[in-house]
Amino acid sequence: MSRLTDANVVIAKEIIGRYPRPKSALVPLLHLSQEQNGYITREAMVHLGELVGVTSAEVYGTATFYEMFRFEPVGKYLINMCGTMSCALMGAGELMHHAEHKLGVKAGGTTADGMFTLAHAECQAACTEAPTLQVNYRYRFHVTPTDFDNLVDDLRAGKLADEIPAHGVLAKVRQRIPADKGVGAVAPEDVTEGPAWLDGKPAL
Amino acid sequence: MSSYPHAPGFVAGDRPKVVTSRFEYTDSFTIERYLATDGYAALRKALSKPAADIHEEVKGATVLGRGGAGFPAGTKWGLTPQQVWPRYLVVNGDESEPGTYKDRLLMERDPHQLIEGCLIACYAAGLSQCFLYIRGEMALAQERVATALNEAYAAGYVGKNILGSKFSVDIVLHWGAGAYVVGEETALIESLEGNRGMPRLKPPFFPAANGLYGQPTIVNNVETLANLPWLIRNGVEAYTAIGTKTSPGTRMVAVSGHVKRPGVYEIINGTTTFRDLIFGEEFCGGIRNGNKLKAFVPGGGSAPWFTPDQLDLPFEASQVGPAGSMLGSGAIMVMDETTDIPAAALTLTHFYAHESCGKCTPCREGGTWLERILTRVVNGTGTDADLQQLIEVGTSICPGDFPHASNEALGLSAVPFPYKMTTICFVGPSAYAPIHSALTLFRSEFEARVTKRITIPVTAVGAAS
Repeated sequence: MSRLTDANVVIAKEIIGRYPRPKSALVPLLHLSQEQNGYITREAMVHLGELVGVTSAEVYGTATFYEMFRFEPVGKYLINMCGTMSCALMGAGELMHHAEHKLGVKAGGTTADGMFTLAHAECQAACTEAPTLQVNYRYRFHVTPTDFDNLVDDLRAGKLADEIPAHGVLAKVRQRIPADKGVGAVAPEDVTEGPAWLDGKPAL
Repeated sequence: MSSYPHAPGFVAGDRPKVVTSRFEYTDSFTIERYLATDGYAALRKALSKPAADIHEEVKGATVLGRGGAGFPAGTKWGLTPQQVWPRYLVVNGDESEPGTYKDRLLMERDPHQLIEGCLIACYAAGLSQCFLYIRGEMALAQERVATALNEAYAAGYVGKNILGSKFSVDIVLHWGAGAYVVGEETALIESLEGNRGMPRLKPPFFPAANGLYGQPTIVNNVETLANLPWLIRNGVEAYTAIGTKTSPGTRMVAVSGHVKRPGVYEIINGTTTFRDLIFGEEFCGGIRNGNKLKAFVPGGGSAPWFTPDQLDLPFEASQVGPAGSMLGSGAIMVMDETTDIPAAALTLTHFYAHESCGKCTPCREGGTWLERILTRVVNGTGTDADLQQLIEVGTSICPGDFPHASNEALGLSAVPFPYKMTTICFVGPSAYAPIHSALTLFRSEFEARVTKRITIPVTAVGAAS
């Protein structure tokens, strides 16, 4: 059921093919799976294990290390509220308090309609724009309580659907390496010589 | 001085722009804009010389690593063992040190500059495949770099026989999934191999000798690589004419917290002082609401804190280290007189305790202990013994004297950086650094908490205005 679809298997194989060792593709493939299903299921981990040639236990081991992977459904919109120092200095604590009241859930909870999951997050690399939050990993800066209310209302009304995709979708553009342009990945043990351009002469 | 809505946080000034020259353009991330502004000219120039010459230029320019450790890139490239192939380049775009905001801007606003930097590095150091690891939470950066790579492949700047030459390299976009520790280079490599992102014991796993798949691997920070196109285009002399001999060029610095104009600035390395940055009119313009400066973190959440006593130190590692802290990743967090110091320290200790990967016991257990004890103190339910316990736990992570700044009013002299540590990486010590600084420089605030049992909600670390 939540194995990758045929179309996604094609994408998965393309991704795997870029690495000298297939297991390297695991984190990107977990993202692909989360993009498809909204979270990571047991069947998905079994399938990814088959695709990269490791056991499902190894997939589980890797997946559970990383915070972005969810193992049960989350709201359509995951709101990550930064609470690290720069944001805390600029009122992130009060903002979280406000968010909990607005959504009627404590941090970590999901609203009854399945629209929002509210979460504590750590530094989001936008410290000069504090306090910050991310909705499905799209930023909002200098967030005031009013901004937060407007954001939630707009999301509920579907006004931001173009900008903010459902949980699981990260970049909307995928890397594509055309077959005739790429060098191709080679397992390290199959490389015996140094690069051609290290011959002491200019490459051009 | 101007700021641009399309580059949130960035403040341009009348200073040399090595890595931010295109930020003024709204379309700075497109290949059209890049090509119209000297884009890929450095690649062409590099390929017209032998690879070893380009390596020498980077060595000669002393391009210091901008990720935190400050190790010169050219020297790092030279540490790979002879005749061991293949060698890889891994780009560290996993920016997540508290306070740090620069690599994300460089990836979002000028991805082609980064790609060109990767190509120059691969050419010079004989690296045959590049993996560009972007932090998982940075969806826009992933999108911009993916688009730029697709454009660059189509135009023949990346891939097989670049510009028709014998130089061929693939750049593979890779992205993480939320783990601060993966910013440590050996953990980054573990993550790139599809494993849990836990650091490897060094030695023997210095990546230059034994990195990705056990092969020689160079790990460079985004900003470091973004410097290379300008350097190759303009030459070593022009590059070293900016900044000082030991810290040439510019640096991206983010100043956040209680300043009038928080922002990301490209500053002249080595000479700009913390006073310039925090109070200078061309930078942050002083403390908000005319308040007084209480303390600042000079180099990211891991760095021991400074007070106004250290304002005149320049952005120069050889001076900041002996003064008891580090420049780290170019992140300054400023606290004014209204700041609740123990609560501020707790936000950082919470961060590092939360981000511990669990491999080393002193960090896994110690970080959590530090967080729990400090939470008690902040909530007003701690005791005198808790303050002593914080130091004992901290000392088990970092034995001996922990680095701290001098303080005239307290009669303290500086203990120089770095610290000793019982852990593989710096996450454990970083959980202790804010506590040690806060307790050393502002002990009375902790004592007031434990004796008078002042209870204030943890939310009031600082106020919005």
